Amino acid sequence: MKFSEQWLHELVQPELDAQALADQLSLAGLEVDDVESVASDFSGVVVGEIFSAEQHPDADKLRVCQVSNGAETFQVVCGAPNARGGMKTAFAMVGAKLPGDFKIKKAKLRGVESMGMLCAEDELGLSDDHGGIMELPADAPVGQDIREYLNLNDKIIDVDLTPNRGDCLGMVGMAREVGVLNKAPVAEIDCSPVVASIEDQISIELQAPAACPRYLGRVIRNININAETPRWMVERLERSGVRSIDPVVDVTNYVLLELGQPMHAFDLNKLEGGIRVRMAEQDEPLQLLDGSEVKLNADTLVIADHNKAVAMAGIMGGGNSEVSEETTDIMLECAYFDPIAIAGRARNYGMHTDASHRYERGVDWQLQKRATERATALLLEIVGGEAGPVVEAADKAHLPEAVTLTLRHERVSALLAMEIPAAEIEEILTRLGLQLSPMQSGVWTIAVPSYRFDISIEEDLIEEIARVYGYNNLPSKTPRAELPLPSIKESQVGVGQVRRHLVARGYQEAITYSFIEAKLAKQFDDQHEAVALANPISAEMAVMRTTLWAGLSKAVAYNQARQQSRVRLFEIGQRFVEEGGELTQANSLAAIITGNRLPESWMGKSDKVDFFDIKGDLESLLEMAGDPDSYTLVADKHVALHPGQSARIERNGKTVGWIGAMHPSLQKQLDLSGPVYLFELELAELLEGTLPRFSSLSKFPESRRDLAMVIDQQLGFEAVRQIAKEQGGEFLKDVILFDVYTGQGIEAGRKSLALGLTWQHPSRTLNEEEINASVAAVVERLTNDLGAVLRD
Amino acid sequence: MENLDALMAEGKAAALAATDVKTLDEVRVQYLGKKGHLTQLLKGLGKLSNEERPAAGARINEAKEAVSEVLNARKAELENAALEAKLAAETVDVTLPGRQAEVGGLHPVTKVMERIEAFFSRIGYSVEEGPEIEDDYHNFEALNIPGHHPARAMHDTFYFDAHRLLRTHTSPVQVRTMEAQKPPIRIICPGRVYRCDYDQTHSPMFHQVEGLIIDKGISFADLKGTLEQFLKEFFEEEVKVRFRPSYFPFTEPSIEVDIDRGDGKWLEVLGCGMVHPKVLQMSGIDPEEYTGFAFGMGVERFAMLRYGVDDLRLFFENDLRFLGQFN
Repeated sequence: MKFSEQWLHELVQPELDAQALADQLSLAGLEVDDVESVASDFSGVVVGEIFSAEQHPDADKLRVCQVSNGAETFQVVCGAPNARGGMKTAFAMVGAKLPGDFKIKKAKLRGVESMGMLCAEDELGLSDDHGGIMELPADAPVGQDIREYLNLNDKIIDVDLTPNRGDCLGMVGMAREVGVLNKAPVAEIDCSPVVASIEDQISIELQAPAACPRYLGRVIRNININAETPRWMVERLERSGVRSIDPVVDVTNYVLLELGQPMHAFDLNKLEGGIRVRMAEQDEPLQLLDGSEVKLNADTLVIADHNKAVAMAGIMGGGNSEVSEETTDIMLECAYFDPIAIAGRARNYGMHTDASHRYERGVDWQLQKRATERATALLLEIVGGEAGPVVEAADKAHLPEAVTLTLRHERVSALLAMEIPAAEIEEILTRLGLQLSPMQSGVWTIAVPSYRFDISIEEDLIEEIARVYGYNNLPSKTPRAELPLPSIKESQVGVGQVRRHLVARGYQEAITYSFIEAKLAKQFDDQHEAVALANPISAEMAVMRTTLWAGLSKAVAYNQARQQSRVRLFEIGQRFVEEGGELTQANSLAAIITGNRLPESWMGKSDKVDFFDIKGDLESLLEMAGDPDSYTLVADKHVALHPGQSARIERNGKTVGWIGAMHPSLQKQLDLSGPVYLFELELAELLEGTLPRFSSLSKFPESRRDLAMVIDQQLGFEAVRQIAKEQGGEFLKDVILFDVYTGQGIEAGRKSLALGLTWQHPSRTLNEEEINASVAAVVERLTNDLGAVLRD
Repeated sequence: MENLDALMAEGKAAALAATDVKTLDEVRVQYLGKKGHLTQLLKGLGKLSNEERPAAGARINEAKEAVSEVLNARKAELENAALEAKLAAETVDVTLPGRQAEVGGLHPVTKVMERIEAFFSRIGYSVEEGPEIEDDYHNFEALNIPGHHPARAMHDTFYFDAHRLLRTHTSPVQVRTMEAQKPPIRIICPGRVYRCDYDQTHSPMFHQVEGLIIDKGISFADLKGTLEQFLKEFFEEEVKVRFRPSYFPFTEPSIEVDIDRGDGKWLEVLGCGMVHPKVLQMSGIDPEEYTGFAFGMGVERFAMLRYGVDDLRLFFENDLRFLGQFN
């Protein structure tokens, strides 16, 4: 809500300048966004009268004017096409200072002396208008300072009101608040009844009394719609950001700004029969004042006559009943609508109006009569005419009830941790317009005025007390609490540890959007239908990710496009998987690498990363988390992965993630260079480690045997390892793989695996025969099950 | 025996003249070996009389000792020189970069969230998380924001359908906690939140940390004290803090908190308030018995203030040149 400081001063006079007032309001919860001067700084500009304007002898576009400042006449050369004899305009005399510290001096233009300058609006910083010099009314007093004449020494204060303070969406409410904060008296607006001079009435039926429990109508005939809105009113409207249209609309807008009560005027002769306030028919058409055509929803309240809807209640009037230049008779409307009946409706039609803004937040339900009288008085003064009686239709059962609350002094003290004296509380609440009964055993009974419809519980009263007392004047301390020990699961790994582990391995943490492009979602996951937003911001942010890979891949592309060829990123965040109508949203950990294995260095060239780099990172994470043996990688295909370099990550038989090289064709489609490797893992699984379990250390020596086994190329090492573990006997401690060889000496399609097996007995030295027997058992099973051959 | 002194002098000179260990060993053999010159002299003792023999023997041994001493000293000298030469040859340029020194780094949003969590978890707040796809009830209704409340317009919500939406704040985690736990409650809720708004100063996704404490006797003063301390500790500065009345449907009174870091400008940094009695009631807590306060802050905003980042969009571009600045 924007308003003029001068207008406010007419109602209340705080001893503060505009900035101090703004700070005071902000600290009282009415946040001031901006304080702006109506005009830029300038001086020495007066109302001037042009006596004559003659063509310049040497310049087609210039005129030589004789301009009076009321006392003297000056010769001024002017280039404006509208400069003419008899007009009044803004005259910057020699010595004047215009915005931008531009000083007016005596000058010669094409040989003709010029003693000053005639100004367009933009030259005074009043608007961007440079269409010609200012046209001032004929009655403008020649010689008066233009700042004074145009009332430019005013400030516009822009307050960003919170939705609960609908009562301050009018000057009266704002003034009331300023009065409370400054203990200053507030002037009343004259809303005394205008006596009817004609009998004309209009019938009003409330067909939806819950949505509209009060509707007032008043006929005014024989108005002069072509009368001019007085300058003071136009100025106040404009300074509140409302354009002047015609005197009738201006008056209704003025009352809206002054009292906070939206009003509307219909052309009486365009109404057929009386007024019916009813719900719209589904798809009922209505052309609005702004020219748009809408099909109404059945949840929208309308003002209708006996044949048609004529306004969207509380939002905007209809074109079919609009006041126009031909209008002579009008009906003034003033209604109270239930906020719930209006809230959200304008938004549903993509609209937002000054009226809907107020009705949604609430309007004083006892204001309508006064607003109607106020508007009538203003109208009759401007457009003349004769007013009929005010017709009021009201449904008491649906009108709000007066609110009475109780307030406990003890509760105030407890909540604010401070004893504010009863007298001070009474004083604050009374200033706010609340009516207090004398306190009895620490409790007040309080009547809340109808304009403070935001106050409905005891806490609201306490807030008001605290607000006026000043939040910054209240005490502060820290809570006292009991200190029970928390439960801490030792086997649980902290997510911070996971992050730092990857960071230590050279990964940078990324945060990518949770919503991605639908096409991308499919490319990375063809198993799930991504959950789609109903109102996405763009196609790139349309569906919820089922994998973090999509976002990370885009981040890689972003960096590659900025000469970063070596990228290692990880992300932790939720993914959203819907299966059989069941939505699972769980934290996931994903990583992506591409480029060189090592950063560029003087030690020589680094190879590009491969599958075993990302696998090594995954394995080190699993080691860190403490239960690596529960995981296995199972070669399997995934839509986003290279079919020969991809695996499911299983934990105790359950799939908990995927690892692999990005499918080369997907990589190409995403414009990524170089092979890219990824893994993704359910975070909760990773964080679930095990408690360490001690086993005693053997004092006896280890024995190691190395075996080279030749097996088929497509067989996995894991199968070999499993067999070795099973057949190696209970004292087999470790199986390592120290070489994989193909080539000379090994037939095509086969490979040689070099295994190192280590045995150790807890309580004695194992003898040669025992170890040989174990080795033989391993070799035999490998031979039988996998067709392995022991290489000499 | 007449040439003993000459031999000894010769031996010493040869030892001193040797320039490597091998030559020195040859000198040792030449003079002190089995067939060495001085050893030979010992063998000649037999020609002497019994009276002369001990004295002559002693003299020869003294000579051997003397030569041996010089030999040993020279050997030590040569070895030392060789070691020094070896060490000199092994010298490296210690200013060359080390191997694989590179580490990655945490995202600045994570850094700030962890920092906020650290303060509160140390005074007994537990960290709670919740779903990002929420239902209307937990995101709005249970927080005293019914269907057509104007406050909904401030939230610019992403919807999936009539009931499901992307949470606009992490407050639903508070609701879920209140539903599941009995007071006293002290929680901190970090996480992603979403608003349908995208421009230079708005991101459709950002992060919040909210906190909630519910106990007997929690007052407005507790809220003020907690947040004043938090802001000073977070920024590690004597920031000025001011409390401004505001409005959130789920708190009463509601407050916005501004800070001034010494430049005379007030910056809004967080919203908070005493938990609205209706919110407590809806979650099954008696507002006559318990009171509490809640607060919420935008993590990116804190990161921008803390690290001097001037563009919100940088947080989600994942540019390594940006991310690398927080390592």
